[in-house]
Amino acid sequence: MNKAGKERIREAFGKGKAFIPFITCGDPDLQTTAACVREMVRSGADLIELGIPFSDPTAEGPVIQGANLRALTGGVTTDRIFDLVRELRRDVTVPLVFMTYANVVFSYGAERFLGACAETGIDGLILPDLPFEEKEEFLSVCREHGVALISLIAPTSENRVAMIAGEAEGFIYLVSSLGVTGVRSSITTDLEPIVRTIRANTDVPCAIGFGISNPEQAKKMAEKADGVIVGSAIVKIIAQYGKDAAPYVGAFVKEMKDAVR
Amino acid sequence: MTNPRGRFGIHGGQYIPETLMNAVIELEEAYDRYREDPAFNRELETLFNEYAGRPSRLYFAEKMTKDLGGAKIYLKREDLNHTGAHKINNVLGQALLAKKMGKTRLIAETGAGQHGVATATAAALMGMECVVFMGEEDTKRQALNVYRMRLLGAEVIPVTTGTATLKDAVSEAMREWTKRISDTHYCLGSVMGPHPFPTIVRDFQAVISREIKAQMQEKEGRLPDAVIACVGGGSNAIGSFYHFIGDESVRLIGCEAAGRGIDTFETAATVNTGRVGIFHGMKSYFCQDEYGQIAPVYSISAGLDYPGIGPEHAWLHDIGRAEYVPVTDEEAVCAFEYLARTEGIIPAIESAHAVAYAQRLAPEMGKDRIIVITISGRGDKDCAAIARYRGEDLHE
Repeated sequence: MNKAGKERIREAFGKGKAFIPFITCGDPDLQTTAACVREMVRSGADLIELGIPFSDPTAEGPVIQGANLRALTGGVTTDRIFDLVRELRRDVTVPLVFMTYANVVFSYGAERFLGACAETGIDGLILPDLPFEEKEEFLSVCREHGVALISLIAPTSENRVAMIAGEAEGFIYLVSSLGVTGVRSSITTDLEPIVRTIRANTDVPCAIGFGISNPEQAKKMAEKADGVIVGSAIVKIIAQYGKDAAPYVGAFVKEMKDAVR
Repeated sequence: MTNPRGRFGIHGGQYIPETLMNAVIELEEAYDRYREDPAFNRELETLFNEYAGRPSRLYFAEKMTKDLGGAKIYLKREDLNHTGAHKINNVLGQALLAKKMGKTRLIAETGAGQHGVATATAAALMGMECVVFMGEEDTKRQALNVYRMRLLGAEVIPVTTGTATLKDAVSEAMREWTKRISDTHYCLGSVMGPHPFPTIVRDFQAVISREIKAQMQEKEGRLPDAVIACVGGGSNAIGSFYHFIGDESVRLIGCEAAGRGIDTFETAATVNTGRVGIFHGMKSYFCQDEYGQIAPVYSISAGLDYPGIGPEHAWLHDIGRAEYVPVTDEEAVCAFEYLARTEGIIPAIESAHAVAYAQRLAPEMGKDRIIVITISGRGDKDCAAIARYRGEDLHE
């Protein structure tokens, strides 16, 4: 890789508010994932989160749990997902970050996993079960391979926000509300003070995720931060249309991107 | 290591979502404040003695000893505790702590239902709201315990995700905790999960080995030669081992559920078939595939049907201080029947795993040797399932 993942991620936030879609790799199969990713790029996605499925995704609500199950039942493995990334990188240039669970990385071997990330073109890694206190588990290996280890900040982080933001790299994933991933009718957390503390401690961009499902919510959240992350709403479209999902995903991403612009 | 506390060798830690970090930090601070607090400990001891019926008996199993023809066998009768298992020790401690922290609602996971019943009991006693997550599969295997929990005023939520057993109940309880933290304490049932749970649960269960040591001193004037307990997450085992860890002459033996055998996929023997991994907040041994996907484990015992083991056990295994041996369904069922006929004691199917290994070990040891088996719970809840295992069409 010519540039470190964190610089490529920063550039993705340099063109106005970023729209970051999430997709579970292999749901329902890897060809569909590849088609959806390319549609997302065409529709204006600035950065894409690729989920590596895990058998027991404790931070996910029912929608993404279902996607994980479908993908694993379909026989997807970490190796086959690296093959997918290699294939996507023939034409996809937006930053790609993995979102998975600590055991997927640990079990593969951190050195081997991050080495493969660098080789195939993954720019960052999000692990929802790796808090600040445990980041040393993978941080040095991530840095060695130029992969940004993304920090999460939650509505309950309170006195921890400054500490986490101060050491963040790539972007900060600000969790919009309590609970697990999934569509919410409204987001009531007072995010402004959290964002203010983040801004006071870092110039790393901040994207808000969890529960954002429609253009109005996306617009509101984008006003508070540097970008928005949408997962469950996309996974729902894929669950509905299966192998034919790509154009529907593309249309949704375009609508959302237009709303945050 | 940023956080050396909460580590047992390489195991343990706090691998949880950021949303829960302040909750576990708050819990750790509260526990640090109360663990040495005389008033707290007096209150807990009163609950242990007056409510739960402690100390539990250390019973000399004379007929079993004669029958096996080797080491003298003592049974640590945790099955005689109120609610019928060792689970109440931990729950009374955590519920009291939660109350001191100002929490008004307890959530819990349960496998066999013993921890759920204990949590529902403590919640009723202390006037707290209670929600128990239980794998749908287990709600069928342990229908009577579901009724007991409801009778005690708890809400039981059947978990249908994954294998619909204990691991999924833990995942769902963790998800619930991230949704509602401020008034809710997650009353984790075993020596697992993120720090400080493995330490807190161990400390509350350590009453078992503290009593064994004193009772053995009184009856035999010495230490036992082996302490045997069943291990799922490992709370009755760590409670039975804890005060003997420094006594090198005492063999500490944890009995894992081998299900249909450790050479099959239908097993829950974590140390014997698993690898080091990170799951449910901790680094430890887990049954998993080559890509780190958690394996769907199996045991006849809903309480041992878990793909991981507490981090302190993982460490005791690594340093060779404790042994972890596999015991199959068939061996456990035979031991269940054996203890019933020999001593008139029906053990929980979980505890029967420890009885089975003692049956193997005792004849190999001299008559001057002493084994303690922890009977972690009573077996009433298992009678229908064992009858079905033996081909009788018995339903609750």
